[in-house]
Amino acid sequence: MVAPRALSEFIAEANEILETLGRELLALEESGLEQADPDRLNAVFRAAHSLKGLAAMFGLETVSKLAHCAEDLLDSLRLGKVPNAQGLLDALGRTVDVLQELLGEASRGDDSAELKERADTLGHELQRLAGGGATEATDVLDQVGIDPQVRAVFTEYEEHRLRENVKKGVGLWKVRAVFSLDDFDTRLARLNAALKPLGEVISTLPSSQPGDDASIAFDLIFGSSRPEAELEGHLIEGATLAPLTDRVFQTPPPPPRKIPIWDDRSLSGAALSALPVPTRVSAPEPSLRSLTNTVRVDIGRLDGLMNSIGELLLIRSNIERLSEAARQASGPALPKLWGQELQREARALERRLDELQKGVLEVRMVPLGQVFDKLARLMRRLVRESGKDVGFDVSGGDVELDKLIVEELSDPLMHLLRNALDHGAERPESRARQGKSSRATIGLIARQQGNHVIIEVRDDGAGLDEARIREVAVERGLVTREQTEEMERRELLNLVFQPGFSTRRDVSELSGRGVGLDVVKTNLQRLSGLIDITSRRGEGTTFTLTLPLTLAIIRALMVKVSGRTYAIPLNAVLEIVSVKASALRTIEKREVIEVRGQTTPFIRLARVFGLEEEQRAVHSVVLVGLAQQRLGLAIDELIGQQDIVTKPLSGRLRGIPGVSGATELGDRRAVLVLDIGALMEELLRVQVSAG
Amino acid sequence: MESLLEVEVHTAVSGFEALKVLPRHRFELIITDINMPDINGLELINFVKKNPHYKDTPLFIVTTEGREQDRDRGLQLGADEYVVKPFAPESLCELVRRYLKL
Repeated sequence: MVAPRALSEFIAEANEILETLGRELLALEESGLEQADPDRLNAVFRAAHSLKGLAAMFGLETVSKLAHCAEDLLDSLRLGKVPNAQGLLDALGRTVDVLQELLGEASRGDDSAELKERADTLGHELQRLAGGGATEATDVLDQVGIDPQVRAVFTEYEEHRLRENVKKGVGLWKVRAVFSLDDFDTRLARLNAALKPLGEVISTLPSSQPGDDASIAFDLIFGSSRPEAELEGHLIEGATLAPLTDRVFQTPPPPPRKIPIWDDRSLSGAALSALPVPTRVSAPEPSLRSLTNTVRVDIGRLDGLMNSIGELLLIRSNIERLSEAARQASGPALPKLWGQELQREARALERRLDELQKGVLEVRMVPLGQVFDKLARLMRRLVRESGKDVGFDVSGGDVELDKLIVEELSDPLMHLLRNALDHGAERPESRARQGKSSRATIGLIARQQGNHVIIEVRDDGAGLDEARIREVAVERGLVTREQTEEMERRELLNLVFQPGFSTRRDVSELSGRGVGLDVVKTNLQRLSGLIDITSRRGEGTTFTLTLPLTLAIIRALMVKVSGRTYAIPLNAVLEIVSVKASALRTIEKREVIEVRGQTTPFIRLARVFGLEEEQRAVHSVVLVGLAQQRLGLAIDELIGQQDIVTKPLSGRLRGIPGVSGATELGDRRAVLVLDIGALMEELLRVQVSAG
Repeated sequence: MESLLEVEVHTAVSGFEALKVLPRHRFELIITDINMPDINGLELINFVKKNPHYKDTPLFIVTTEGREQDRDRGLQLGADEYVVKPFAPESLCELVRRYLKL
């Protein structure tokens, strides 16, 4: 049994190999196999090879076997022995998916027969593909029938020489020589010298069959146009001659004729093409999340951290020295000098801690490309299966985000992309009728904006139909018709995030994973993120995700409300204003304030948390904003800024509305951290149901 | 390598010499180049990996950039790892450590 730690390291490494494999396959698909970069093919081949070896080392036979089949196919592909059959890259793509699932099982300690069966059938398909075109190869070396085991040890150059000899039509011979271990080199040199005038010694192979301990056998591959008898006469003692190509050519075992089960499915697209929609079974897509929680870190970054820690240790010893001196000093007051020194150390401490914090955050950062690559691969497949003409644009894969966030993003993004493909992008005929280019475009775009990363999933398809949204929302009892009449277009669009909303009557169509946009939204909220929609009829839909760079440490504005302290994440804070109580207005039973001519909802935190409210003539208001929404929060007192580490609430405290977690202050007091996204949400909800 | 890893290293300057050195010690790891004067590295790999005495001994290939086919054949013949020249000594050491469980 493999130790758990070793296994997790294996999974991490295997996963990385799979990522490479997937990425390179995608690149191959883009360039087309005909123009495939040989380096790329080799890279894919090596990735499959490494995975095979690695899996075998850990006893994961199914993984190793499937990787082996892929490796064989890739090898044939590399050597031009396989016609560029349609479906070849597709099969390899599916192989990556199945391998991913197998690793998933391995990491959970599962071993399901169903998956194994799928791996086996896929393996057979790969073998069939690899064997399919072997006869079409025109390499002269294949025609002369050299033992593949002999050929396998030829270098490129030797093979080239051999090929040249074949083309010249000279005889190929194998000279077997058995020499003593002590002097085989001099004897080989003599044999070589003897053969040279007669032809070309192409290669000298030490025989893999072990002789006795004192001797060693060699096979010299020799090309010569001289007759056998003349060659025999030149051989030295211990050497024998035999024709190279006279060997019985080992035919590989015929590939199994069994028809893989999912062949039916993969062919169904063509067979059932008369149907308007390919009836793809909505098997749950395997999650694109990584199987491990490991992060690969540039050693340089760790060195930086070590440096910071070294400096911190220095400061600690300085402070120790000072405190010791203070303890031993007589007299009631500490000399001013100590104060100054302490102050200096405190400043140094602050600086180094900043460095350390920044360093640790950097270590947690990974490029979004890790998820984007997987999504691109999946999309390519889905597009093919959908029968639509869709281009997929990805950009911003180099934007870095906290590893945890990147991981959590893969499922929501996948969902949005599937939605864009299934419901957004129209079929070419329909696009042509609307005067659009026949090819639809779906984009996945990331960019950093200050402390946030913005990710957009956009399509240039049909756009959302707000009349239909209104109808469904009313039908499902999410809102009343009267309420919808007062709603702006944006609010209407946002109804699609309500639990229980789905504009599709038939859920079993393409994207039905049984998960709605509400889950996407909940997932994002867990990441302190926000999602927004913009959509124009006939022009397309854009989902905009706004995410914090990291969850671990944030800067917060500490405020007091009715004697209690709360933390407001600073990245949401826009400004702090004073508002006279007399300037408050009420619109639709809600309080609003006017800030720079803009009417902004206003809530009193004291009321939100059910605290006793102080009457005041002037309110201090923290103006917060996320995406396009604004909100004014009434507070009593500002304390200042502070870095906080947010910890999730657990147990009975979990799920308090408007609170994302708690943090501990320097004086060991716990303080609640406000969840601005949720507060805004609450506001919208109250607005909807209060009407 | 001896100084970096505290292991005992025996070297051979050619394929022939390697064939001579192999039976003299119990090797725990073999590292070979591909391009050698007498027999090529692939042949050495084949020899090692088919020979019951040595076949379980991990073997690394060291190749020059641009000789992918040779390297890949080496892997097919059973080589366990490859290192592309020029390489950082530490990266090779890391591999060696991993295989020797140092």
